[in-house]
Amino acid sequence: MNGEAVYPAVNYLNNGYGVKSWLLTTDHKRIAILYLLSITFFFFIGGFFATLMRIELAVPRGGIVEPETYNKLFTMHGITMIFFFLIPSIPAVLGNFLIPLMIGARDLAFPKLNLLSWYVYVVGGLFTLYAMVTGGVDTGWTFYTPYSSMYSTSMVVPVVIGVFITGFSSILTGLNFIITIHKMRAPGMTWFRLPLFVWAHYATSLIQVLGTPVLAGTLALVGFERIFHVGIFDPALGGDPLLFQHLFWFYSHPAVYIMVLPAMGVVSEIVPCFSRKKIFGYKFMAAAVLAIAVYGFLVWGHHMFVSGQSVYASMVFSALSYLVAIPSAVKVFNWTATLYKGRITFGTPLLYAFGFIGLFTIGGLTGLFLAALAIDIHVTDTYFVVAHFHYIMVGGAVMGYLGAIHFWWPKITGRMYNEAWAKFSALILFAGFNLTFFPQFILGYLGMPRRYYAYPPEFQVLNVLSSAGASILGIGYLIPMVYLLWSLRKGKAAGPNPWNATGLEWQTQSPPLTDNFETTPVITSEPYEYDINSNVPETTAAAAQREVTHV
Amino acid sequence: MTGLLRCCSAIFPFLPDQASTHAPSVDDLYFALLAVAAFFVFLIFGLIIFFSIKYRRSNSSADRVIRRTDFLKLELSWILIPLAISIGIFVWAARLYFVIEEPPKDAMDIYVVGKQWMWKIQHPEGVREINELHVPVGRTIKLIMTSQDVIHSFYVPAFRVKQDVLPGRYTTEWFQPTKVGEYHLFCAEYCGTSHSGMVGRIVVMEPQEYAKWLNSGGGSPMANSGEALFQQAGCASCHPPGSGNRGPSLTGLFGSKVTLSDGRTVTADIDYIRESIVDPRAKITKGYQPIMPTTYRSQLTQEQIGQLIEFIRSLGSNARQATGGGK
Repeated sequence: MNGEAVYPAVNYLNNGYGVKSWLLTTDHKRIAILYLLSITFFFFIGGFFATLMRIELAVPRGGIVEPETYNKLFTMHGITMIFFFLIPSIPAVLGNFLIPLMIGARDLAFPKLNLLSWYVYVVGGLFTLYAMVTGGVDTGWTFYTPYSSMYSTSMVVPVVIGVFITGFSSILTGLNFIITIHKMRAPGMTWFRLPLFVWAHYATSLIQVLGTPVLAGTLALVGFERIFHVGIFDPALGGDPLLFQHLFWFYSHPAVYIMVLPAMGVVSEIVPCFSRKKIFGYKFMAAAVLAIAVYGFLVWGHHMFVSGQSVYASMVFSALSYLVAIPSAVKVFNWTATLYKGRITFGTPLLYAFGFIGLFTIGGLTGLFLAALAIDIHVTDTYFVVAHFHYIMVGGAVMGYLGAIHFWWPKITGRMYNEAWAKFSALILFAGFNLTFFPQFILGYLGMPRRYYAYPPEFQVLNVLSSAGASILGIGYLIPMVYLLWSLRKGKAAGPNPWNATGLEWQTQSPPLTDNFETTPVITSEPYEYDINSNVPETTAAAAQREVTHV
Repeated sequence: MTGLLRCCSAIFPFLPDQASTHAPSVDDLYFALLAVAAFFVFLIFGLIIFFSIKYRRSNSSADRVIRRTDFLKLELSWILIPLAISIGIFVWAARLYFVIEEPPKDAMDIYVVGKQWMWKIQHPEGVREINELHVPVGRTIKLIMTSQDVIHSFYVPAFRVKQDVLPGRYTTEWFQPTKVGEYHLFCAEYCGTSHSGMVGRIVVMEPQEYAKWLNSGGGSPMANSGEALFQQAGCASCHPPGSGNRGPSLTGLFGSKVTLSDGRTVTADIDYIRESIVDPRAKITKGYQPIMPTTYRSQLTQEQIGQLIEFIRSLGSNARQATGGGK
């Protein structure tokens, strides 16, 4: 590659203009952009709710919002972030965009089904938005009965319908991915030549397809009890409140792996590229994501240790929960080992990958605390749990998502962003995140329950630290909006492979053609064939990128 | 080792009071977990930082020749070592959990009813409290808890105990206070608008102070109130004292084994007795007809049901497994 990269004249972005060409597209790459826009919208809504919550929590006695409003804020923050941001995020944006490219295919197996899944997501989102603007819902994203089915006077039914509908988006995407990965791999792309990003999405799709229907059924039952007073979960009607918890967590625990496995796939792409070295233990890494997906279905009762569930059930769930930690630990060790004897450069994607590894490690280790029965009695339903899951979902999944955006932005848009600003926001995010959530571990062990609008004054200092961190975190999320959008107009042309990465998606132009490849590729090499002894020249764009920062 | 950890607990400022026999054991386990977590955090962060510096691209003099190709033993070791650590933590935590979940036989029972948004306490001697629980230090206390509406959770951080409080059944939690003082009581299961207002205090007193407090509290013992209710609500007509009539005898029932009409045998614990009052057709004692009125569910409050249970307990009991209260 000599000279400056050129922005290709014909690509999927300019193949057809106008609203119809976007809203009726079946191109997996355009659908990925549709998802990118919609999930970003919901992310800022969920973030807005979190901002109000942290402002409220800076003062012990409250008073910024009414108690009932606060309860609606934390409920809607959870619903928005989990169902409308995190669960779609990496799969619906990066998975959609990259899986056909990574396997050498022209599109997913069912392009129209892919578009349908976006519309289903939008319809579900509209129901939920309707509920938010007409009064909101105050049950907690966990909808525990009988409060949600019989006592809450908020807009439970519209939200439950919205989440029910959106669940089908998740199921359809998962189905599409599974079939695509089985049937659409280019010649020579054997299972063990697949990038780990693809393996991670395969495992995630299994969870989406098998788990989401259980949530749908459970929410439908809550709706029935609420509307028709059928006794399913309310003891006053002859129902069992614990039945709801078992059904709900049977999905919602695997759901957290839907949120984290794709991010792990992203990290497995970034670390080898920026170490110029193949991933350590490829087969163990592929086996680990499958193991996490399977074990993840067996541990739901660890959300119910103090619920009234039997002591023996709790012991079984605790033991199984330790099992699920092992493959995650293996992945962290393997990423670290990939760095060993590499040739490391510190581009923005690697900073996010490091952020993921570090924060996921802390979050995952605190999972060991929660799985320990005697400790869980003390810390369950406190801020310890809130800190734990935010370390994994924000420190882990969101960092992974942002790392993916920064790694594949050149491929998706054909442009490079400003590396200095990108690194700066990554560091701001890391600092802001830790300041927000580390104090919450301490608050939790001290005994501050979660979902509290007001709290005893001795908890104020830690709450103020957390709220201060949240403001920094907010800034860290806003800055990328600016430089990424700016890059669309003014960013340097990226060329096909600015990072000099392996993987089929980097063998095409940036942005790609609508049909991805001019001819179907034939694969003859193993994945991650980074040879640090070879003299594969970098493109000018990547060299310039490096010079700006030289870390 | 435990001594060192207890010493740390005394000076580490980020712990709640240790005010029960459970608390030091839970904190010891917590500190052990902190040590394990800190070890792995420092290991991973340390290696990443070290490798990032040593193997950064600009350090061309680093030795990058990889001399091994088989890393199976390494992979297995970092599967088996975390597994071993996990099993160790699981066993330690599970054994402690068993202790926390199994109330001792000689515990003093106190009834708790949670409702949106307050805690109502009934001492067996008859004293009632709202959002406060007075207990004597050094005595084993067992709480028998139920909810009037939604799920709540009775949480005392200083004791390291928490238990969800459910409508339609009893749950129990026990503790032995070790330090006189006042400690936070929190509702820990989101229950609606004033969830964060459903707080109070546990007041641990010297035994003599507690006795004085009880005497000045008024109210008649729960068993006596229960007996009065037993007459007023018409229970005595079918369950006369001593022998049964249209209904089985309740003397010595508490804690005994009951044979049902479908052949099953159940223990007459507090859940059974409560169910027999509010849902009499659920289990029929062998030899009797399903004729008990089903109206008591809507006529009796949770407190009154507790009083009836204490009255029935006073008619003689098999102490073994008397207060199952389902976990």
